[in-house]
Amino acid sequence: MMKTQPRTNTLASGGDTTPMAVRCTGLVKRYEDLVAVAGIDLGVQPGECFGLLGPNGAGKTTTVEILEGLTAPDEGSVEVLGYRWGTGHDHNLRERLGVQLQETQLAEKLTVGETLRLFASFFSRARPVEEVIRTVGLEDKRQARVGKLSGGQKQRLALACALVSDPELLFLDEPTTGLDPQARLNVWEVVEAFVEGGGTVLLTTHYMEEAERLCDRVAIMDHGTILSMDRPAALVASLGAEQIVQFEVHGDLDPAALGRLPGVGNVAGKQGSFRLGVRRMGEMMPALLSELERRGLVLESLTTHQATLEDVFVQLTGRALRDE
Amino acid sequence: MSERRRDLPGGQKWRRPHPLVELTRSRLLEFLREPEAVFWVFIFPVLLALALGIAFRSKPVDTLRVAVRTGVPAEARISAMLRGSAGLTVVELPADEADRALRTGKVDVVVEGVSVAAGANGEPLAVNYRYDTTRAEGRAARLAADDALQRALGRPDLLSARDERVALPGNRYIDFLIPGLVGLNLMGSGMWGLGFAVVQARVRKLLKRFAATPMRRSHYLLSFMLSRLVGLVLEVAVVVGFGWLLFGVAVHGSLLDLAVVSLLGALTFAGLGLLVAARPRTIEGVSGWMNLVQLPMWLFSGTFFSYERFPAAVQPAIRVLPLTALNDALRAVINDGTPLAANWPALLVMALWGGISFAVALRLFRWQ
Repeated sequence: MMKTQPRTNTLASGGDTTPMAVRCTGLVKRYEDLVAVAGIDLGVQPGECFGLLGPNGAGKTTTVEILEGLTAPDEGSVEVLGYRWGTGHDHNLRERLGVQLQETQLAEKLTVGETLRLFASFFSRARPVEEVIRTVGLEDKRQARVGKLSGGQKQRLALACALVSDPELLFLDEPTTGLDPQARLNVWEVVEAFVEGGGTVLLTTHYMEEAERLCDRVAIMDHGTILSMDRPAALVASLGAEQIVQFEVHGDLDPAALGRLPGVGNVAGKQGSFRLGVRRMGEMMPALLSELERRGLVLESLTTHQATLEDVFVQLTGRALRDE
Repeated sequence: MSERRRDLPGGQKWRRPHPLVELTRSRLLEFLREPEAVFWVFIFPVLLALALGIAFRSKPVDTLRVAVRTGVPAEARISAMLRGSAGLTVVELPADEADRALRTGKVDVVVEGVSVAAGANGEPLAVNYRYDTTRAEGRAARLAADDALQRALGRPDLLSARDERVALPGNRYIDFLIPGLVGLNLMGSGMWGLGFAVVQARVRKLLKRFAATPMRRSHYLLSFMLSRLVGLVLEVAVVVGFGWLLFGVAVHGSLLDLAVVSLLGALTFAGLGLLVAARPRTIEGVSGWMNLVQLPMWLFSGTFFSYERFPAAVQPAIRVLPLTALNDALRAVINDGTPLAANWPALLVMALWGGISFAVALRLFRWQ
C-alpha cells in the first residue's frame, strides 16, 4: 500500500497554507493523585496516520480525549484542523471529526441500522447509512440488535459511527483491543481504506503490530510523556540492530564481555538473562557460543527475532509493552 | 439549518433525518424493547388499581355488631330488646371476651347492664356503652344500640323520616384513586424511565460519545421530554380506560383538558427526572436520589388518601409538591369536571417545577 510521506516532523506550520490536522504543545493533565499527561507536544499532518503507542495507563486516552475536545487540559494548547477548542468553532469542528472512544457501549436494544441513522442525524454532511454499512462490511447485520453482535462487529459498528460524518480527521482509541486476529484485520482494512481516501487518522494502541502496519509515524508514550516519535522503521533502526537475541545462562556473565562480541549493537540484562541487539547474526552467534563454552556456562534458552517497535519500547523503558 | 440533502452516486437523494426525531425514536424503541419497563409503566398501575379497587369497593354497610355482656343485671332483657332492631347483629359475651372482640374489631360496641334503683317508669335499668370513640362504626353502633333500647322502652319517634340510599359514581374510593394512580404513574415513569436511561447512557460512555458529535445537547434532553409525550398517551389511556371499564370511573371534564393536564404533568416529571439524573455516575446513585425525591410525594401528595388529613401547618408545603398539583388537577378534571382555567394554581406549580428543573438540568448535566 502506498503511503504519503509526512512532510515534516516539526510543530511549526508557518508558511504552510493548510493547517496541521492536529497540533498540541505543552499538554498537561493532572488528576487528584496522578499526572496523566506530563507535557506532550505533537503534530499530525493532513493525510497522515499517526499512532500513540504505549502500555495501559501511559496517558494515551487522556491525550486523545483532550485533542477531541472532551477533556480540558490543565496546561498547554491544542489546535485541531486549525481551530482551538472553546473558541466558538466547536460545533463546526465536530462536524469534521470522526471519533471512536475506548469502551463506548452503544445502545444494545437498537439495531445496527437504527444506531447509524441516529449518528447520521447529528451531522449535516452525513454519509448515507447504507454506504457506511458497506464500508465496514456489516451489510448482513443491518437488522441485528447491537447487543447480539460479536466484539469485532461491535467495533466495526463503532468505526461506522465515526465514519458516518464523512470526517477529515478520525480519532481511534484502541480500535482493536480485545479482538481476535481476523476481526483486527477487518478493522485495519477499514482504517487503511480511509487513509488511502485522503483522510487523517490519530489512533492509540498498545499493539506494536498495529502501529507498524497502520501508522506513518508513531509516538511512543509512557507515564504521560512521549519518549520517542518517528516513522516505525526509523524507530526500529534507532535500535542499531536488526535482530534481537534473548538468552539465559546458568552462572555469572559480565555484560561488558558480551558487548565486545562481534556484530553486537547493544546489551541489556542482568543475572543470567540477557538481551542483545545484533547487527550481524552470522558473526555474533558462533562468537557467543564459544564465549559461553570458554567460561563453562550452560545455555538454558535462546530465542531470536526481527527487531520491532516492541523492542524499541523495551529499550526506552526497560519494560515489555504487553505485560502491563 | 444547514444543507440536509446529499447526492448519492445513483442520483438518488439521501435525506438526513432530523436529530430530534431520531433521538426521540431511539428512546421509544429502546423503551418498548425493554419488557420490564413496559411492565412497570403499563401493567403495574392496572394491577394496583385492580387490587385497591376490589379492597375498597363500595358495598352496602354491614349491620352493626353489638356484644351484650353476660354476668350483669338484665342481660337477657337487653339482648331481647336489641335483637328487635333490624340493623344490629347481637352476640352475648362474658366481660373479657367482649373486650377482646371490641379490640379486634369483631364487634363495634359492648353494652353492659348496670343495676340502679327503679327509675321513673319503674325500670330498674341503666347501661354502659363501651366502644372506640375514634371509630365511625363504634359511634354508629352506639347510637343504633341506644336508639333500639330507647324505642323498645317506649320512646316515641317525633319525626317521620325515610332513608334514601345514595351511591353516586364520583364519590367512591375508586373514583378518588384512579386520578391519583394516573398522577403517580406519570411521576414514576417520568422519573425512573428518564433517570435510568440517562445514567445508563452515562455509565456506558454513550453520553461522552454523543458529546463528541455536533449533536445539540438540548436536543438530547428534549428528546427525552418528547418520548414522554408519546408514552404518556398510552399510560394515561391504560389507567383511565381500565377505571372506566371495570369500575365505571367517568371523566367528567373534557378529554382535551385531561390531555393538557397529563401533558403538563408528564413534562414536569420528565424535567425533574432529568434534573435528578443530571449528575449521578452510577445506577445505585441515581436510584437513591430518585427515591429521596419521590418518597415525600408518595406519602403526602394525596394519591391513596386525601392530604387534607395532614395538619394544617404543613398544607402549604404539600400543595407546592408537583405530584400534589398534578393529582389535584387530574381530580378536578376527572371527578369534578372543573374547567381548566379554575385549576391555574396547580398548573402553574407544575409548569414552574418542570421548566426550572429542565433549565437547571441542562446546566448541570454531566456528559462524562
